Order: sequence, then C-alpha cells, then structure tokens
Amino acid sequence: MDLTLKIWRQENAQAKGEFKNYQVKGVSKDSSFLEMLDVLNESLVDKIESPVCFDHDCREGICGMCSLYINGRPHGPDDAITTCQLHMRKFKNGETITVEPWRAKPFPVIKDLVVDRSALDEIIQSGGYTSASTGGVPDANAILISKYDSDLAMDAASCIGCGACVAACKNASAMLFVSAKVSQFALLPQGQVEKERRVQKMVAKMDELGFGNCTNTYACEMECPKEISVSNIARMNREFLGAKLFSRETV
Amino acid sequence: MIKQITFSSITKKVIMSLAGLFLIVFLLVHLGINLFLLPLTENHREIFELAANFMATNPLIKIMEIFLFGGFIIHIIYGIVVQLQNWASRGNIGYKSGNKTKASLSSRYMIYTGILVLLFLAMHIYQFYFIKLGLNSSVFMDEHGHPLFYDIAINLFTTQPAYSILYIVLFVFLGFHLNHAFQSAFQTLGWEHPKYTPCIKTLGLVYAIVVPLGFIIIPLYFLIMK
Amino acid sequence: MTKLNSKTPHGPLAEKWTNYKAHQNLVNPSNKRKIDIIVVGTGLAGGAAAASFGELGFNVKNFCIQDSPRRAHSIAAQGGINAAKNYPGDGDSVYRLFYDTIKGGDYRAREANVFRLAEVSNNIIDQCVAQGVPFAREYSGYLDNRSFGGAQVSRTFYARGQTGQQLLLGAYGALSKEINKGTVKMYNRKEMLDLVVVDGKARGIITRDLISGKIERHSAHAVVIATGGYGNVFYLSTMAMSSNGGAAISSWKRGAFFGNPAFVQIHPTCIPVHGDFQSKLTLMSESLRNDGRIWVPRKKEDAEAIRAGKLNPNSLKEEDRDYYLERRYPAFGNLVPRDVASRAAKERCDAGFGVGTGLAVYLDFAASIKRLGVEVIKARYGNLFQMYEKIVDTNPYETPMMIYPAIHYAMGGLWVDYELQTTIPGLFAGGEANFSDHGANRLGASALMQGLSDGYFVLPYTVQNYLAAEIGTGPIPINTAAFDEAENKVKERINRLLNIKGTKSPDYFHKKLGHVMWDNVGMGRTKEGLEIALKEIPVLRDEFFKNLRVTGTPDEFNPELEKALRIADFFDMGELMAYDALHRKESCGGHFREEYQTPEGEALRDDDDFMYVAAWEFIGDGVKPELHKEELKYEAIEVKARNYK
Repeated sequence: MDLTLKIWRQENAQAKGEFKNYQVKGVSKDSSFLEMLDVLNESLVDKIESPVCFDHDCREGICGMCSLYINGRPHGPDDAITTCQLHMRKFKNGETITVEPWRAKPFPVIKDLVVDRSALDEIIQSGGYTSASTGGVPDANAILISKYDSDLAMDAASCIGCGACVAACKNASAMLFVSAKVSQFALLPQGQVEKERRVQKMVAKMDELGFGNCTNTYACEMECPKEISVSNIARMNREFLGAKLFSRETV
Repeated sequence: MIKQITFSSITKKVIMSLAGLFLIVFLLVHLGINLFLLPLTENHREIFELAANFMATNPLIKIMEIFLFGGFIIHIIYGIVVQLQNWASRGNIGYKSGNKTKASLSSRYMIYTGILVLLFLAMHIYQFYFIKLGLNSSVFMDEHGHPLFYDIAINLFTTQPAYSILYIVLFVFLGFHLNHAFQSAFQTLGWEHPKYTPCIKTLGLVYAIVVPLGFIIIPLYFLIMK
Repeated sequence: MTKLNSKTPHGPLAEKWTNYKAHQNLVNPSNKRKIDIIVVGTGLAGGAAAASFGELGFNVKNFCIQDSPRRAHSIAAQGGINAAKNYPGDGDSVYRLFYDTIKGGDYRAREANVFRLAEVSNNIIDQCVAQGVPFAREYSGYLDNRSFGGAQVSRTFYARGQTGQQLLLGAYGALSKEINKGTVKMYNRKEMLDLVVVDGKARGIITRDLISGKIERHSAHAVVIATGGYGNVFYLSTMAMSSNGGAAISSWKRGAFFGNPAFVQIHPTCIPVHGDFQSKLTLMSESLRNDGRIWVPRKKEDAEAIRAGKLNPNSLKEEDRDYYLERRYPAFGNLVPRDVASRAAKERCDAGFGVGTGLAVYLDFAASIKRLGVEVIKARYGNLFQMYEKIVDTNPYETPMMIYPAIHYAMGGLWVDYELQTTIPGLFAGGEANFSDHGANRLGASALMQGLSDGYFVLPYTVQNYLAAEIGTGPIPINTAAFDEAENKVKERINRLLNIKGTKSPDYFHKKLGHVMWDNVGMGRTKEGLEIALKEIPVLRDEFFKNLRVTGTPDEFNPELEKALRIADFFDMGELMAYDALHRKESCGGHFREEYQTPEGEALRDDDDFMYVAAWEFIGDGVKPELHKEELKYEAIEVKARNYK
C-alpha cells in the first residue's frame, strides 16, 4: 500500500505546530498502524529528519498509552480498538490519512502526537480507590458478591485510561472515564464505605481540571476501545446526586 | 463562598434537565390548547378561548407562569454556560479532520437547535405574550381590551404563509432538540435501567415526533385549506 | 570466589517467614518519616511496594518510565493469579503450590523463597478483593477458579482475560491513595540510567526526564528496583516497547550480581510472526489451553498443502491430525508447563509439520465449542478471540487459531537473598527484576503472584529490617562525588551515542541483535550456537558504536535516544545470557541445551554439577563476567526428574 500521511508536528509544548505531509510506500496491509509509523520513522531517520513522536507501549491494546486521532476518530476507523491494534487493512491504497494528537484543554501537547494525560491520574488520585491498606483485610470469600454485579464492575473496570472518550467527546468531557471508576466501586460491597466521598471528590477534580460537561452524545461509548457503557455515566450521576443531596458529610 | 454558588458539572446538567423536563410537560399542555385552533369540535373556538382565559387569569397559573419563565431562563442560561465551557474544553486547537464519530445528529447539534427554538420563543413571546402585557398591540381585541388570541393565531396562519413555513421549520428543529433532550434528561438524572431505558428512548422519539407534528398540523391545515 | 549468603532463616521451612518477621528489626513511626525510599517501576511489584511503604509512613519516591503508573507492563498479563486457597476443595495447599512451583521451575529456585511465596499467596487474593478487584465469581457469589499449566488443581483466580490489568489497577489505586496523601511522590516519564552507590550502599539513582531530557539526581536510604525483565533483548517478544533491563544492567555494573540470566521463558501461545516490519508479538493467554487442543497435521504433505493455502485445516480428518501434546504427555495433555509446550511446538515445526508460515501450530476450539457451545467459549475467551481476529483477520470460532512460542518472561534477574536484597546493601529487587522464585521455568499465573507477593508482603518487611540501621543517617545529600561521577557517566553515555553520527537507526541494531539471540540463545541452545552469539554480539556492538545514528538532541523528547541507550544495555545483557547459557551444561526449564536431552527429547538436568544459582559479577566492559555460585539445597522436597506424562 502507498499512503499519504498528514501528521501534526509540534516541536514542544510551547511551539506552534503544523501539519506536514509524508509519503509512505510499500506498507503491508497486515502491519499495525504503529508499525506503519515505525516504517515512516525509519525512513525519516535515513534522511536525518526528526522522527514523528507518538505514545505507545504494550502494543497489544491494554496499556492505554497509544493515542492517535486518525481521520476524525480516536484510535482510527475501527470499533473497539486501540491504535496499536488498528491494522492497515482498514485503509485503502492511495488514501490520505490525517493523524492528530488528542485535543483537550487538560491534555496539552508535549511533542508531535504525544499529549500529557496526567489529568486522568489526578482524578484517580482524588478518590478512585478503596482506602484499604496492605494487610488486615478479611478473607476474599468473606463477602459474597453477585456474579451479575461483579461482572458489571469488571465491565467498568476494564477501562485502560487511554482518554479516547475525552478525545471523541465534542465537549472533551471525561465523564466516561470517571464514571467507569466510580461505577466499579459503586457496584461492589468493598466500595460502599467511601462511595459518597469518592464520587464528590472525583467529580470536583474532573471539573477543576477543565474537562467539559457531558451532553450525552455517547460518542465516548462508541470510541471506547473497551466498549465501556454510558450506563456508567448514569450510575455516576445517580451516585453523585444521592451524595450531594443526602450525605451529611461535607467533602 | 464561590464554591457554594458555582455548581459542579453534573449539578448544572441536572438543573438543566429538570428545567427541560418541566418545559416538556408544558409543551404538552400548550399543544392541548393549540389543537383547538383546528375545527375539531363545533365549539372549538369557545374551548380555546376558555382555556386561554383560564391560563390568563387563574392565580395558580400565574404562579406557574413564574416557574415557566424561570424554567426557560435556567434552561437557556445553563445551556449557554455549559456550551461555552464545552467549547473551551477542547483547547485552542481543534481537530483538523473533524469529528467522524457516529454520534446521533440531534445530540451533536443541541446548542444550534436550541438557539433556533429560542429564536422562535422570542418571536412567539413578542407576538402573543407582549400583547397580553400591553407591550405590543393587535387589532384583535375584545370590547374590554383583552386580546383575542384565537383570532391573532388564525390571522397569522391564514394571512402570512411565510410565517407558517418558518413555524413549521422551527418545530422540526424542536423535534430534533426534543429527541435528544428527552432521554438525555433521564440519563443525566441517573434514571437508567436495562429494562426501562429502551422504553424511555422510544417514548422520547415518539414524543419528539408527535408533539412537534401536533403543532405543525395547525399551520399546515390552514396552508392547505387556503 | 565470594560465598553468596542467601540469609535464609533457620528453622523448619513452614516457620521460616513467621520467625523472620517475629525477629526482624523495625523502624518506629516517627523515624519512618525521616527515611526516603526510591522505588523504580510501578508494576505489580513496584507499585505495590511503593504504596505499602507509603502506608507504613516512609517517604517514597516512585519512578515510572511511562506517562502513568497504570501503564506498567504487568497490565498485559491475561490469564490469572495463583493462590493456595483451595476454595474448590480439590486438594490444594500451601505445600502443594510450593511444590508445583519448585517442580515447575525444574529445581532451580530457592526453597525458602518459594515457600514464602506460596504462603503469602492467599493474602494477595484477600488484599486484591478488598481493593475492589473484580475477580470472576460464580452465581453463588463466591470466587471462581480455573486451572493452569503445570498444576493438577484449579487454583487460578482471574478477572476475564485481564487479570494483570485488574491487579495492577488495584495496586495503582493503592498508589494513587498514597500519592494523594503525600507519602509517595510520583515521577512519571523518567528513566533510571544509573545507580548511585555511596560507601558501598545504594543511595540514589540518576534519571533522565523523558520530556525535557534533563539528567536528574535522586537520593534515598534504600533503592528498590522493580523494572521487570529483559526479554526485549530478543527484539520480538511479548514485552512492551519500553520494557528494558536498563535499571538492572546499571545495577549489575555497579556491583549487584546477576542471577541465572540464561533463564528466559518462551510462551507457547503467541500469535506467530508474520512479517519483517513486525515490532512485537502478541500473547494469547495460556488459559486458552484449558479448552483449546493443539495440533499439527500428521502427514507432511498435508502440512505443505496447508502452508500453500491449498488445504483448509477444518477439512483435515481427525486421524490425520497429530495432537502431539496429548500424545506425548497423556497426564497433562495440553496443560503441560510452558517450556515443555513451547519446545514441543518447535520440535514439530522444525520437523516440517508447521502450518501458516511454517512456524505455527493450531490451537483448535472446535471440540470445546461442540461440547460447551459458542456462548460459553465466548464468555471465557471472547476478548482474546476478538483480539486475535483484529490482528490476524481470521475468525477463531471457525478456523483454528495459529500460535507459536515467543519470548515472554525472564526468570533470571538481579540476584537477591531471602530479603530480596542484592549484593549491594540497600539495593533491593522485586518482581520479574529479581531472579528468585521461578527457577528455570515459571508456571502460568505465578508472575502476578510473585510481583504482588514481593510488593505487598515481602519488601515492606525486609526493607525495614535494613532501614532500622539507617534511622540516624539523616537525609542523603545529592551534591557528593558519587552523584557527580554517576551523572557524568550518564552524560558521557548519551553524548557518545549522539556523536557517532553514523547511518543506521537504533532499531536496525536491535533487530539484528534479536536475530542473533533468537537463533542462538533462544529455545534450543547449543555450545556452537552460543559461541557464535558470543562472537557476533561484540562485533555488532562495535558496529553499533561506529555506525549508529541518533537524530535530535539530548535535551528534548527523543525516543531514538531512549532506544539507543537501551540497546547499548541489551548488548551487554545478551552477552551475559550467552555466557550463562554456555556455562550451564544441562537442560532445565526454559534453558534447553540440545546436547543434553533424553532419548525422548526431554530436558536432561544435571543435578550433581548444576544445582546452583549462577550469579554473575560485572568485572569490566567487554570482559567475561565472573561466576559465583549459590548452591541450592532442598530439604523439604525430593528432587526428581520432571515428568508430565
């Protein structure tokens, strides 16, 4: 396959970026999108040009590091997939592919296609856990959990923190990400103790960081590589309202 | 102090959705009255005027009116605030390749359908409510100087086809607005359930088609009858 | 030759750990605040250790090479985590888990460490459930278990095919809690490039900020290395792209011994290699072997026809298929340990029975789908099947999956004693980065167990035992000669690479090194092959330092420079592995020397001469490292030939 790539290049966080066009030839349709970029970079190094920087790590769709906005969609033109698992057979020979970084105020560009997603970590740090310390916990089978709820919690917990939901949302809202974590704990008995504090803290942090408001377009769900459901957002809304209205504790 | 008066993103949306649901109910009442502009019964004119009169004079309705205006204002103001925040959240640079995610059309253009509905609302208030307040005048007044809304409406629909067409087009946009709004409000309020959510979505779609269609039939009837 | 002291506590095996904890030194709460600990790595071992240290009240500095601690490569583990809970009541016990692990490791692991691992395995499950890890459950609400290779009981807890992810997110949650409390300071996108040793003790590290390129100094009273394994030496492996042995290599060059570097695991069920452009191999969880049957055509002409695309594997009759694992190992069948399964696949493919490109075998679910229905298979492995289809573009529900072994895990690592302390006082190593618990072969679902065991339940005790003597030390200054020297060394390394200005990219050399390693230090090793590797690696390294091209500058986000630094380390690592593999004239676990096999082609151990841990000491660049031996003594179990027939 021969392709034209239109890639966002930006020297560093302060620099003004721009799109640059590159030609890649002889790409195998069985290679992944990132392997295609490897081929491009190899050719740039050959020409002593600076290779395109992009985030990637496990290359098997689970670490959540890869984060390219390809032809108008986060992780490109396939469903339930990360960029590293997107294969070139999804493109046509001769196609022009536009590659951009995630765009959101809380995700500043670091270089080229690499963005800073530490905002997502900050949200988790504000309360996305149970405060159980190591040791001194009851036997794993001491508390029964319905398989149904446990499966739902697992669905929510399978979030890889890639930020595609934010990238896809026309409002750059992080509600799917936050609600997945809130839901995981809301569905489990272990999460009940801190549930009111958790949801209020996490939503406050999300707002503070400058993510947008959810307007229920569900673009997040459509682009989520792990197909996390927007029913988690409803659950978080429920948890949040309940906590705001009835919790006596000021958080 | 600021913390007490600035609401979180979810609270803002909840307020918007509550106001919106209230407006959805109001719309149904309004349609119920408007339909009597059509010759549904022999005494449709009387029923219409009775209802209009009731709406204009009943003290309870007067109180409700405050809520209604409150509902509109809150819904509009928060709609704009939320939208401005949302635009800002993308950052300084947007996507060159646009947004190709296949999110539903009505959900993506809420602010625009909302603004169109707001334009209609402004026009509507000017044409009807301002007359009631005496800020605007009309030739259709009874002997006591009360406006004859039945005649005002029929007159608009029968003499100004351009108005009728605008009216129809704007109600189509309202339909799009409602289609997303209805189920979105339930989602925002957390009323989501694997059994009931599909019903709510269907109900929302039915509502979004039937109610605007109900409004549209009226000018359509007069356009055709002419 | 120094005598390596494993510091194994005295007393009966089952009481060693209890006794150790009862008599170890502790640091009181007010002193903990005055003590700094550096933890490098945020995977299961590093993340869990950093969180636990933070909970105890120490000042923790935690370093992460990725943009977030949640992305450590532990996240990619799919299948599960072992524990001796015996919830299914099928005869499991701490002793049995211990025994299986020692046996699975081909009697090359330290008995006391492995027993401790089995002992705390149950606490791990309790801890993870308390953290809200959504393990699979039965309709009763109790936890579900499944079976894994090398065991005759079902002791594996799992969270769909994402167990590693869920356990890591549990540890990440605990870590986030401590970051929020301020006990842990997180340093993301930093790579450790050297260890700082002051007066013989580990006192700090030198890092490079991967965004700004700034070289930074960090000091502490103890340093914990939890940076995973060195499998990326092979270029193609199931490792993440940033997984590297750099921190361990730096520590080795500063005096920490390296244990059993030749012991790397080849995982039997990976998606086969399909082209030169390929950057990594994707693992298909071993759990697939529970329901999948592995086979190749019985006749060579069928294999050739399949390879040529003239024959559909589904049309091959049952009697024309060779279920070679079931044939060779009737007792364990498709669930033999990984090393056995991998070698058997290689044997069939080398003999000309491979499918696909010739380097692949079938993993067939047709029988299970017939027996259990598509829905059950989908519920068990849906995400794995989906992943396979996305990558290979064939539907595994209809056409058998193709698999082939790939480099997956390093059993070898920094040599540590019972306290997980290296030969440098104050330098500890946990998880895959140390060598300790898996011997010559790791059983499935044991890596997660070991990582979390080290992180939650071992290091928080043993590091304290060391730190008890450090309460009077005071803050460690970073403006000392040792830090100057280490920082300058790092800068020299960087400048050297940037100033070569040759013509070949780092990846070019990495691929070449990978080929040398896979061909000669891979699944089947020979004296000749290893000697070739020891000849070729230095030649390649010379070429690397003459003809490497690193674009960009040191003071920017520069992935090419990062790669070059890591590849320079991989040359040393590859050489070290080859030295170790050459010296170990026996076959055991993942280390298969073709000269040493039984007539049936099974690994032939030499317990008389090689029942020891080979710990290698760095002498100097380009010089053969010095071998030290830690003799292994088995008191609680009888050493036998492994037999899975």
